[in-house]
Amino acid sequence: MAIREIRYAEAIKEAMCEEMHRDPDVFFLGEDIGVYGGAFGVSTGMLEEFGPHRVIDTPISENGFVGAAIGAAITGSRPIVELMFSDFMAVCFDQLLNQAPKMRYMFGGKVKVPLVLRTPSGGGTGAAAQHSQSLETIYAHIPGLKVVIPSTPYDAKGLLKTAIRDDNPVIFLEQKRLYQTKGEVPAEDYTIPFGKADIKRPGTDCTIITYGRMVELSLEAAEPLAKDGINVEVIDLRTLLPLDTEALIQSVQKTGRCVVVHEAVKFAGFGGELAATVNESEAFYSLKSPIKRLGAISAPIPFSPELEEHTFPTTDSIVAAVRETMK
Amino acid sequence: MEPTQTTPSKWNKQLLEELMRTMMLSRKFEEKIEQMFAEGLVHGTTHLGIGEEAAAVGTVLAARPEDYLLATHRGHQPVLAKGVDVNAMMAEILGKQSGICKGKGGSMHIADIDKGVLGSNGVLGSNAPIACGAGLTIRRKGEDKIVLCFFGDGAANLGAIHEAMNLAAVWNLPVLFILVNNGYGVSTHISKASRDTDLAKRAYPFGIPVKTIDGNDILAVYETVREARDYVAQSGPMLIVQNTYRISGHSKSDQNRYRSKEEIDAWREKCPILRFKAYLLEQDRFTEEAIDQMDAETTAQIEAAAEYGINSPLPSLDTILDDVYA
Repeated sequence: MAIREIRYAEAIKEAMCEEMHRDPDVFFLGEDIGVYGGAFGVSTGMLEEFGPHRVIDTPISENGFVGAAIGAAITGSRPIVELMFSDFMAVCFDQLLNQAPKMRYMFGGKVKVPLVLRTPSGGGTGAAAQHSQSLETIYAHIPGLKVVIPSTPYDAKGLLKTAIRDDNPVIFLEQKRLYQTKGEVPAEDYTIPFGKADIKRPGTDCTIITYGRMVELSLEAAEPLAKDGINVEVIDLRTLLPLDTEALIQSVQKTGRCVVVHEAVKFAGFGGELAATVNESEAFYSLKSPIKRLGAISAPIPFSPELEEHTFPTTDSIVAAVRETMK
Repeated sequence: MEPTQTTPSKWNKQLLEELMRTMMLSRKFEEKIEQMFAEGLVHGTTHLGIGEEAAAVGTVLAARPEDYLLATHRGHQPVLAKGVDVNAMMAEILGKQSGICKGKGGSMHIADIDKGVLGSNGVLGSNAPIACGAGLTIRRKGEDKIVLCFFGDGAANLGAIHEAMNLAAVWNLPVLFILVNNGYGVSTHISKASRDTDLAKRAYPFGIPVKTIDGNDILAVYETVREARDYVAQSGPMLIVQNTYRISGHSKSDQNRYRSKEEIDAWREKCPILRFKAYLLEQDRFTEEAIDQMDAETTAQIEAAAEYGINSPLPSLDTILDDVYA
């Protein structure tokens, strides 16, 4: 396999292009994805490669074009739709809550909805309260959807290909702050299965359960801890729905300690589900200390970099949380 | 009752009979649901459109079998006209395993993909963007199909409808928007919801053609939609406003506090089925006996469907997680 270092954004584009070459039913629509190349430049050049019938610029009309993607999906197309910011789910939420995830069930299994909604998620870009949120918990709460959050360029390509080939609506939450990060990615075709967590760092003393941008911070946090003889295991969920509960349980049974980290608001966040998953399992009896959860503070994301930086978990706060579990 | 202004010779007898039978079937279907509701046999809620049969039936029968349909929460009539099995529909509304959606959808979510029915929809207006997507597939595959998208005067004020009309217009999609104006959004009269109640104007900002017709005149509906269908397939979206009236209440909770008995009675006089019957007799196309026979046969069909539904088994509990995912 030819492996190169490419950026996260390039890995996403590569997955889309390869799938569009492989399957003529796949097409791509969204705001300013054509000549402009998308708000984050992900689709640069795709219009030239596939033409305006397969790379379709939409009006600023999220409810309209997300609904249209659903209608296309139930009639034999396989659309990829880009929502410029995941925060804009609010203006097309009926389609994502009441329509796409429920059709198959409501209609007695007679329809499939092969749709991928790609959308940039997360903060740290100085875009303030309406363009910086991590809203995955809301999607994960909706049976019928799948929720994917890639943390590396390698994962982004493999998971997006799986998403495009899946016959269900998949919410693909790209991490804005990772678009420019580089990583090794095979030039060839490969897929990564949903519902299989990835151990990004094996360890013996404490399990960090995380996903998305917080994987990078958790791996950074592991370094100073290792110097002090604390070996953390970093589990990257890759997909929240389906959730690889087995991986969490097994890891915590091994380490006996658990820290849950996400960028989304901690209160009522997905971390609560993860902690409960551990607590409701056999792993509960292996716990040597209470589970710690880290997430964003309960405030809209502030603009000033000084304030924004202290909104989300940091490497330091992860280190501190792990130490807390070791006491 | 004014006779429809059309020469009798242009109407094929078989078509006239099909229009009449389908309207009767729709009416009797909904009357049966209403009766079973009163008897406590129907669970949940249901939205009937008694009085609106000409709009639904005339529209769907004027389109082709391969065309797509997106109906509303008040969707029994167009769906029946599309040829969805009446037994399976009755079983669905009774929550049975043999229902068209295996008892998972109920009255508000009848769908039958094989018949082009992409769903009735419990959320007003949300079917319109989805209709645009079906139109995208049609254009992408170069098919000769259109999409029928029903909505009402109430939903006409929703952003989703405006967004969909804009998308269909700018992408030239084969979507025929059918605005069934029954005068009320639940209890709210159109005059309290829209400053300008001429809903045909809703087509103007999108630069698409529009026609307003008497939605209780089945031949006018049929003829208009027939013409529009070919236009839409070739040239893109169009809006047809069909003025009618819902004689039945909005749903089972409706106590008609927002309208007078006189108003309802006046519209009963304008019943599209009675009107069509009078026309057929006057034009000497069918005898009273022939129409009575259609009535008796559709009644028997509905009674048999109800019996089928009532006698069908409830869904097995082990199906509860089926079809959450493909």
